[in-house]
Amino acid sequence: MSKKNKIHPRVSMPMQDPQARRSTFSEVALGYTQEQAQAEARRCLQCKNPTCQSGCPVEVDCKTFIHHVAEGDFDAAYATIKNTNSLPAVCGRVCPQEKQCELRCKLAPTGQPVAIGRLERYVADTFYAANPCDAITGGEECRILNPDMRVACVGSGPSSLTAAGYLAAHGISVTVFEALHELGGVLTYGIPEFRLPKSIVHTEVEYLRQMGVEFKTNWVVGKIISVQDFFDQGYQAVFIGVGAGLPKFLGIEGENLLGVYSANEYLTRVNLMRGYKFPDMDTPVAAGRQVVVLGGGNVAMDAARTAVRLGADKVTIVYRRSKEEMPARLEELEHALEEGVHLENLVAPVAFTGNENGQLTSLTVQRMELGEPDASGRRRPVPVQSAFFEIPTDLAILGIGTGPNQVLLRETPALTLNKWGYIQANPETGETEIPMVFAGGDIVTGAATVVLAMGAGRRAAREIARRLGAL
Amino acid sequence: MAKIIRKRVLIPERVTELTLEAPEIAAKARPGNFVILRVCKEGERFPLTIADTDVEAGTITIVYLVMGKSTAMLNCLEQGQEVLDLCGPLGQATDIHPVGTVICVGGGTGIAAMHHIAKGHALAGNRVISIIGARSADLLLFEEELKKFSHEVLVATDDGSKGVKGLVTQVLHDRLASDPEIKEVVAVGPVPMMRAVAEVTRSFGVKTVVSLNSIMVDGIGMCGACRVRVDNQTRFACVDGPEFDAHKVDFNELTMRLKSFVPQEKQSYTCYCECHEQKK
Ligand SMILES: Cc1cc2nc3c(=O)[nH]c(=O)nc-3n(C[C@H](O)[C@H](O)[C@H](O)COP(=O)(O)OP(=O)(O)OC[C@H]3O[C@@H](n4cnc5c(N)ncnc54)[C@H](O)[C@@H]3O)c2cc1C
Ligand SMILES: Cc1cc2nc3c(=O)[nH]c(=O)nc-3n(C[C@H](O)[C@H](O)[C@H](O)COP(=O)(O)OP(=O)(O)OC[C@H]3O[C@@H](n4cnc5c(N)ncnc54)[C@H](O)[C@@H]3O)c2cc1C
Ligand code: SF4
Ligand code: SF4
Ligand code: FES
Repeated sequence: MSKKNKIHPRVSMPMQDPQARRSTFSEVALGYTQEQAQAEARRCLQCKNPTCQSGCPVEVDCKTFIHHVAEGDFDAAYATIKNTNSLPAVCGRVCPQEKQCELRCKLAPTGQPVAIGRLERYVADTFYAANPCDAITGGEECRILNPDMRVACVGSGPSSLTAAGYLAAHGISVTVFEALHELGGVLTYGIPEFRLPKSIVHTEVEYLRQMGVEFKTNWVVGKIISVQDFFDQGYQAVFIGVGAGLPKFLGIEGENLLGVYSANEYLTRVNLMRGYKFPDMDTPVAAGRQVVVLGGGNVAMDAARTAVRLGADKVTIVYRRSKEEMPARLEELEHALEEGVHLENLVAPVAFTGNENGQLTSLTVQRMELGEPDASGRRRPVPVQSAFFEIPTDLAILGIGTGPNQVLLRETPALTLNKWGYIQANPETGETEIPMVFAGGDIVTGAATVVLAMGAGRRAAREIARRLGAL
Repeated sequence: MAKIIRKRVLIPERVTELTLEAPEIAAKARPGNFVILRVCKEGERFPLTIADTDVEAGTITIVYLVMGKSTAMLNCLEQGQEVLDLCGPLGQATDIHPVGTVICVGGGTGIAAMHHIAKGHALAGNRVISIIGARSADLLLFEEELKKFSHEVLVATDDGSKGVKGLVTQVLHDRLASDPEIKEVVAVGPVPMMRAVAEVTRSFGVKTVVSLNSIMVDGIGMCGACRVRVDNQTRFACVDGPEFDAHKVDFNELTMRLKSFVPQEKQSYTCYCECHEQKK
């Protein structure tokens, strides 16, 4: 099946037209058709020693599932993926594939690796109609959950959802406690609809519900219930997946002016609260005319592309390093540029200025140039003396990073934290310094990726299942 | 979902007290804590202080002033109906220690929130002097409840229809001037009132705590909407507060930030009222 001599280009992804999508929140990447998926799958060399799998944090057996796609056996493809990845429809959409599976693909040196992420998405989307128990456990029926084995998962981001799915599949009763009124963590409140439709997250949650996982929303652990309370109430283990949701601010002048938002606030208003439908939805969100977004990662891209959709005249991303060093997924950056977002690289924010009502009017920035490489190997941006200028703006969004979510940590002093304030957990098992309390995802690693959070949830769940004698 | 066990209209069309079924929240709530509610699935998340709890009955009490759409929608619910989302207890509890005499100042709807704090101080063995104020006698809240545990309840009304004619700050000033035993002052109410209280107590050097009502979204420290400047540092009212040292709060910034969404709030409320009228 492999045609070693002739490398066809990747089958391109059908997209909504860039102009059209500037005014809609519906998904940008439309997904392969069956023909496209099979054509792309046939590009895979089916290598004897495939390297793709080792690039995937949850070790999806890419070679095998792609083989099944090429053959048209989508059930088998789905089972192969689900074996290690519980949220393929999500990962296929949001993984930074170019740094993971596709980076390691044997075809990567040609610049045209197999589009593993897109294929994964195709398989997951196609299979949605199927029985959830079949999908997750590979069996016809759901496992009967043992009421004597109970685990509490805190937070409902990808780490907790993965842990919950794994545990339920092994017959363990699980309750997920989420602080917000909706489930999904960043998948719901952070990543916008046009990149990850909320219906996908709902479907994944629904699967878990059908498997018997219990969900409690509006439960802030540390406030309404403590980690110790769980044990007192008969839970035998706790998984903490509360994420890195604390927004960072710059500490520069004018930061609390009206019109300066953290990306978390802006995205929460739009995604979780559906502020883009104001006034049908009650939560207001500022629709700036001249928007400035600070930062260079996925969060900044999402904020910028959201501002475009809310009708801004001009959206500018301000980043202190060069374009090549922007940490965002390549695809997000490309999409942002296609949608008309401007880039202002090598400038650093200095101060915000406002009018007499406290409304933001401009951002003063300083020009930077690349100096010597720093510890990370990237050339360090250094300020250019007296090279200041102003960018007029009525809405500034800070996507400059997040820190550990404090609520649970403050109320659980027995947890040991590392020097950045994240929870110290055993890298193999996820266990914290408190016996039978496990942690994973962004609250351990700092802001990372969906698939890494899932990997951590899965490792912890496996260890919990082993300790409870369910393996 | 939280069921409304009892609805009591305190001031018609303006202020209402709801008793909600929330056993887990009641069990953990301390004075100073608040909840975040959402009335319906189109609704916004908004904070209200826990004015009282009944652990045995498994209920909490909230008291709200109808300000705009969210509070108006809440006000449409009747006994037996449910609030869609209720999340709490949130925020840091009031720092209550036996200190001697404490003055608790409440203005308008803030009296309800102040009530829970005053009760906490009384339970801790402090001598509580409550000072409450409103525009007129019919807008005063919780006077009887406060009398149950306060050593004294002093009243000020703008029009003199009850108690002293004038502001709570005048009563507070006179008391501080005549009673050197006052160890602490707590104030909950409109921002101008809290700012004025801070100015009065500053000259007496008395520790003063205010409960800040900045705009909130998640209420669990994830958005920064509620940020306030205290002692020249940015703090999140929902997780670091809502109570802060009154002498260090930047009230100008708080006042400014509370106006973030005024045009949208007006739009929401007008739409809502019009549509409500039509239904009638
Ligand atoms: C805007 C944005 C875009 C991103 N884009 C990508 C992308 O394209 N690709 C990618 O791989 N990654 C992306 N990421 C990163 C990725 O989303 C995270 O790494 C991942 O979601 C972390 O998962 P988690 O399970 O650790 O926690 P989270 O997803 O952060 O979920 C934590 C949950 O815990 C809840 N919680 C917090 N405290 C408590 C408490 N005390 N009690 C109960 N519940 C609590 C929170 O409300 C939240 O729902 C993005 C992140 C953001 C913010
Ligand atoms: C910790 C805390 C405790 C509070 N406790 C009480 C209480 O016990 N009783 C009471 O009557 N009020 C209380 N408030 C104020 C209450 O939250 C607002 O009055 C309410 O959100 C107004 O919503 P609305 O839609 O009815 O009015 P809107 O028309 O939306 O707003 C009117 C004004 O209320 C403020 N506000 C609007 N949205 C919010 C929001 N999401 N969060 C906070 N403030 C907002 C703004 O200053 C706005 O201008 C509290 C606020 C905070 C932060
Ligand atoms: S989970 Fe992510 S990294 Fe792994 S194969 Fe799928 S897209 Fe690639
Ligand atoms: S490395 Fe690339 S070509 Fe080889 S099996 Fe994996 S996906 Fe196919
Ligand atoms: S309300 Fe979001 S951080 Fe306080």
